[in-house]
Amino acid sequence: MSDGSLWVLVAGTCAGCYLLKIIGYVLPPRVLDRPAVRRAVSLLPVALLAALVVVELLAAGSSYDIDAARIAGFAAGAVAVWRRAPFLVVIVLAAVVAAALRVVP
Amino acid sequence: MTSPSDQHRTVVRDSLAVGIAVGAYGFAFGAASVAAGLSVLQTCLLSLLAFTGGSQFAVVGVIAGGGSVAAALGSGWLLGSRNALYAMRLAPLLRPRRGRRLLAALGTIDESTAMAVAQREEPLGRTAFWWTFAGVFVFWNLFTFVGAAGAGALGDPRRFGLDAVVPAAFLALLAPRLRDGRVAWRVGAAGALIAVILIPLTPPGVPVLASTAALLLGTERRPP
Repeated sequence: MSDGSLWVLVAGTCAGCYLLKIIGYVLPPRVLDRPAVRRAVSLLPVALLAALVVVELLAAGSSYDIDAARIAGFAAGAVAVWRRAPFLVVIVLAAVVAAALRVVP
Repeated sequence: MTSPSDQHRTVVRDSLAVGIAVGAYGFAFGAASVAAGLSVLQTCLLSLLAFTGGSQFAVVGVIAGGGSVAAALGSGWLLGSRNALYAMRLAPLLRPRRGRRLLAALGTIDESTAMAVAQREEPLGRTAFWWTFAGVFVFWNLFTFVGAAGAGALGDPRRFGLDAVVPAAFLALLAPRLRDGRVAWRVGAAGALIAVILIPLTPPGVPVLASTAALLLGTERRPP
């Protein structure tokens, strides 16, 4: 990806994410405060995050990429999430398990 | 009986603790962003100005997978739309004016909203918002920089398991939302399924965007 498009990406992300935050303070509540909008906006992250989990876990570009070390690291992190461990524990566990399995031939 | 100043101190302490815990996560973002091809400066600007972890991770995740700028922006914006609802919820509590409003908007994220609305009294809610924002902002940005600068020095990010960290990080963001109930589970499962099926069929980035079709399962069906 060219440096120019990366800057478009950075500027677009910063501007868009900030605008989404500020409209909640600026717009009159009745514009956003409808059951259908509320429901859609609260469920959007659920669909997107679930998709991001599987794509990051199983894809490399447009093909499947099944990597045992990555899946094992993720599984260790998932157990930590299930046990309601803090973020730091989740991340360190996932990294250590995946890295360790790659060292062992 | 705890005095108001004791309560205030407890809220400040809890808020800063959240900041440190979440900030550590910034390390993973910094490393993932540089691995995706962004510079250290670009990575730090995202954390300073976008300042919403889920969207930032989504944007660099889509780019790392070979997705287009449009697909990355689409995922990041859709994921950031929840902050508009948070802002709406916080506006009557914070009642920020002018400059303060611009600052409050920047600080409107999952953690500051959750901490603010969890307090029983309004002044404590305001304290929780501003201190959680401050704590997360300082540590998130600090650790983003450390992760971004460190990733280059450490070499191949797969060697230290970053590729396992990123999906685990998304799962950690997803988990609290699944505790909302059955509808959330259904939408999450359908979103994941749509994405898995589309991986080999569409350009990178599209499976994530298409997962939003799962929202159709979240609509309440009422008898006619």
